[in-house]
Amino acid sequence: MQEQWVSALVFLGLAFSVPLSMLVGAALVRVRAKSNLEAKYDTYECGEEPDGPAWVRFHPRYYIVALVFVLFDVEAAFLFPWALTLRELGTLALVEMFVFVTVLLIGWAYALRKGALSWQ
Amino acid sequence: MNPIVHALVIGVPLLTFLMGGAALATWFERRFSGKMQTRWGPTVVGPAGLLQPVADALKMMQKEDIVPRAADRTLFNLAPLFPPFLVIASAAVIPFAATIDADGAVKATGVVADLDIGILWVMALAGLMVFPIWVAGWAANNKYTMLSGMRMVAQGISYEIPMVLCALVPVIFAGSLSLSDIVAYQAVHGWNALSLSPSAIVGAVAALLFFLASLAEANRIPFDIPEAESELIGGVMVEYTGIKFGIFMLAEYLHTIVASALTAVLFFGGPLGPGPAVLGLGWMLGKTLVLFVLIYWIRWSLYRFRSDQLMDLCWRILVPLSLVLVMLSALLVAGGFA
Repeated sequence: MQEQWVSALVFLGLAFSVPLSMLVGAALVRVRAKSNLEAKYDTYECGEEPDGPAWVRFHPRYYIVALVFVLFDVEAAFLFPWALTLRELGTLALVEMFVFVTVLLIGWAYALRKGALSWQ
Repeated sequence: MNPIVHALVIGVPLLTFLMGGAALATWFERRFSGKMQTRWGPTVVGPAGLLQPVADALKMMQKEDIVPRAADRTLFNLAPLFPPFLVIASAAVIPFAATIDADGAVKATGVVADLDIGILWVMALAGLMVFPIWVAGWAANNKYTMLSGMRMVAQGISYEIPMVLCALVPVIFAGSLSLSDIVAYQAVHGWNALSLSPSAIVGAVAALLFFLASLAEANRIPFDIPEAESELIGGVMVEYTGIKFGIFMLAEYLHTIVASALTAVLFFGGPLGPGPAVLGLGWMLGKTLVLFVLIYWIRWSLYRFRSDQLMDLCWRILVPLSLVLVMLSALLVAGGFA
């Protein structure tokens, strides 16, 4: 099995070489403009003069979703080992996971009722 | 075989297939949309416009590299390195061919690294995808890219949950995270989403949800809110010029191919099919192609969802439904139906 991990690592290197070689290759052949007008380096705002930086506070609308996401992601982390051993552990594991998922679904319904999953 | 040699022998053709496929996908998308809208698409460069991707690549290589004055230079230049890397790397665990053992058991091969955590590898890399996109959106210091990046993160993390949960359904059936074990299971029990077994009903719904969630992860219509040309110009790519823009587009096209291949392996038997095992590669590529065409067909048929409709669909329907699917598949296993 360790051999598979070596193969995976080699392939990671191969995969990384793709964007890297594209960037390096383009850096070698691309045009370098002689004129350097100020306006060229302006932030794009549909042709208008840019109106202040974009790094401002704004409402992301779905910030509670991020918290609920963590909840469900951790739950998925529990489900993976459970899914693998389901056949060996049998009914006990099945009942336990049913209880767990039911509690989780109640939590989901609560978040839904509270409007945590809608456009704020 | 030496693992490094193995990785090169399988990995280089796989890489060639993915890159060539992505290049052809840009051509295919334009020709296909042309056919759907009774126009031609590219016809000038090469026969039927087939050399258009080469011309596009050459054009992008030559373009001037402009970094906006207001942008965070380091992050802006680093972000394009990762999207294609993550997508290609996730293909490492996908088996593309099959052989039959001496004792008659079907064994999936043609895989760069048959890791025993196969699906976890794919999901981990898919989960990382939101980072380069968000970094790109933030670093450009542009309002459109910021909005696009924020939407992308919201959508990416939301649709990750139904995707992971639906991928669990074949894992529960096969009792293994390895993709080749999942193929071996389907060789004995029939395809997860398409067989006479009662488990195929659960499998088919899971396949549908998984495919939809993959579309959302790949930012294809009807889930392409992060790009949404008509309101956000070009999403996080607004400020990128030349090859950096091309790299983001490449990642998106690669993503459609990898998502098709993954759906084919998890739910439609991957390299399995009638005929001798030698045909496995053909079956796998054929199934991938069908799903791939479906993605483009959907893209040119449907409208784009509004951002809040997209989140509603995920959190109100897909998440609870996929949880129910997971529990149903566990019941099927416990009841001896799978």
